Amino acid sequence: MLRFLLDGLIRAPMTEPAPEPGQAARDELGAALARAVRTRLGRSLSIRAVDAGSCNGCELEIHALSNPFYDLERFGLHFVASPRHADVLLVTGPVTRNMAEALRRTFDATPAPKWVIAVGECAKDGGCFAGSYAIAGGVAAVLPVDLHIPGCPPAPLALLDGLLALVERQGAGSGPG
Amino acid sequence: MTDLPGLDWTRSRDFRTAPLAATGVKATEWIALGRALAAGRFALLGLWGETDAVCLALHDADARAVAVARLAGVHDGFPSIGARHAPAQRLERAAADLYGYELHGAEDRRPWLDHGHWDIAHPLGKPTPHAGPAPYAFLPVAGESLHQVPVGPVHAGIIEPGHFRFTAQGETVVRLEQRLGYVHKGIDRLMQGATLERGAELAGRTSGDSTVAYAFAFAQAAEAALSVAVPPRALYLRGLMAELERLANHLGDIGAICNDAAFAMMLAQTGALREQVLRVAGSVFGHRFMRDRIVPGGVTVDLDTGGAAEIQALIQMLRARFPALVELYDNTPSLLDRTVATGRLDPGLAHRFAAGGYVGRASGRDFDARRDLRYAPYDSLRLEVPVRTDGDINARIWIRIREVEQSCSLITQILNALPPGPVRAPVSPAGGPRSGLGLVEGFRGDILVWLALDAQGTIARCHMRDPSWFQWPLLEAAIEGDIIADFPLCNKSFNCSYSGQDL
Repeated sequence: MLRFLLDGLIRAPMTEPAPEPGQAARDELGAALARAVRTRLGRSLSIRAVDAGSCNGCELEIHALSNPFYDLERFGLHFVASPRHADVLLVTGPVTRNMAEALRRTFDATPAPKWVIAVGECAKDGGCFAGSYAIAGGVAAVLPVDLHIPGCPPAPLALLDGLLALVERQGAGSGPG
Repeated sequence: MTDLPGLDWTRSRDFRTAPLAATGVKATEWIALGRALAAGRFALLGLWGETDAVCLALHDADARAVAVARLAGVHDGFPSIGARHAPAQRLERAAADLYGYELHGAEDRRPWLDHGHWDIAHPLGKPTPHAGPAPYAFLPVAGESLHQVPVGPVHAGIIEPGHFRFTAQGETVVRLEQRLGYVHKGIDRLMQGATLERGAELAGRTSGDSTVAYAFAFAQAAEAALSVAVPPRALYLRGLMAELERLANHLGDIGAICNDAAFAMMLAQTGALREQVLRVAGSVFGHRFMRDRIVPGGVTVDLDTGGAAEIQALIQMLRARFPALVELYDNTPSLLDRTVATGRLDPGLAHRFAAGGYVGRASGRDFDARRDLRYAPYDSLRLEVPVRTDGDINARIWIRIREVEQSCSLITQILNALPPGPVRAPVSPAGGPRSGLGLVEGFRGDILVWLALDAQGTIARCHMRDPSWFQWPLLEAAIEGDIIADFPLCNKSFNCSYSGQDL
């Protein structure tokens, strides 16, 4: 245990050394995002993830945002357990008919100002499940959507990119959804 | 058991390379099969509806053979297997929802996937306009000082939706009842009439964490039905992807289980290892989860020497860093205090439900499809299957730990033995109706795919059975007598799929 703590102190952070091209973009992205969030919401943005019918692929990448490589919280962004504490709903999946009501209630429980980000191909228009008797459609079939992040599933960096896009657009003047 | 029908029992080397047809049975023989299941003669592999018929897939562990029984002439309903063998109950309720069949003699006839929100009822049978939602009758509970805690479908964590109804006495759970089906997407019907290409796309999106395993099983079923000879290199690359997927999921799970016991450091450590596995997968195969890389006929992407070196370096890194984490787990009494003796699953139940994966193997069920219903490339690789009998959360963690080590070994073996040659063979229709079976050991357990194709090679019926069907009910049993606060920990140690079950 102590060895790991000591290791953590001595070793360079994982977020730093990776030499691949994505790394610089990520730090730049993170800093710009932090500025935008600060203008709009002080120092933090609370995100509530809602699976409205996804295959669970998008959830895995949303999870990855919290690992030491992306460390979402360093930008003041964090996931919350209740929609009542959230600024942003991150909605994944085609919305199944069996989840539509629960999704609506989750949105209603979220205090304004609030934004909805639809995550993944399915969340756009139902994706490969569109047309099924069990699918209501994309997220927009049930909730007002402010932004869509494409990908099957979107990589963590694309998710971070999407959060930035949302906050900058809102910061530029258009009102919340 | 005098009525037990003579089924077409097929060993793995045969059903893996050639079509498999269901054996027609009479109603009395169907019931006899139910009794044989209850007596432990066979393990249940799956149960699904077809037009005017219902099918039962069985595994005879001693003979290492499988068979599919088909009861035809089912118009209004069929004799319930679940009434005799409980593990079939939810599968039957799902079949009843989709086809409108009555379950004759069943104790539990409540809908399972159909929550009353679809426009049509019985979407795969004779669709009729839906009457709308009806109240769902949770099982009654009676006793002193009981209270109920409803949880979900929207959970606190970043996980899939489902409903848990806890009945507790003080802190102690006296009953958990699950209600699932929230992420039902109608995949069975989307499959009907689809091309193989579209079928593979849907299979790979049935349960996101097992996208490789599902695509693998679907491809197996298609290739068996159409007698396609898959190039050896493609089979090895499939094994490589399947083991990378297993590594990523097990590493993520080990950390996430410890995190649910408030030991966050383990999640940070294994989360970083998992991320490195995904990055290598993304770099080598072009997608972090390797989605859509396995298709009927082979794989869509080859491995070059640079890719092989990347994977080798990854395995070296894991071998250097993972043992210290195992030691950390094993030497942290406050963590073990939460995982040892908690969420114990009785080995008898694990056998009865033929629970696959770490759930079964942590409770004494010595089964791994890679070894016991062998398929390429595992038929030429060395694999040790870890088994324990203590059945608690700790045991399910240790099975994962041992399987991480095994996956590292398998990947090294695959890289050393990777044959040269093409990675994809043409797939053409058989000119007549054909059916085939796919069975793959995903990280969570064995995934079954039953695929029936018509003469043009389009899909007539595809049923995919997630391992979670037989694991979810066992979670209800495992948490009994534990406290509600231990549920997230116990649930994570099972890590059942919602989407794979709901389809």
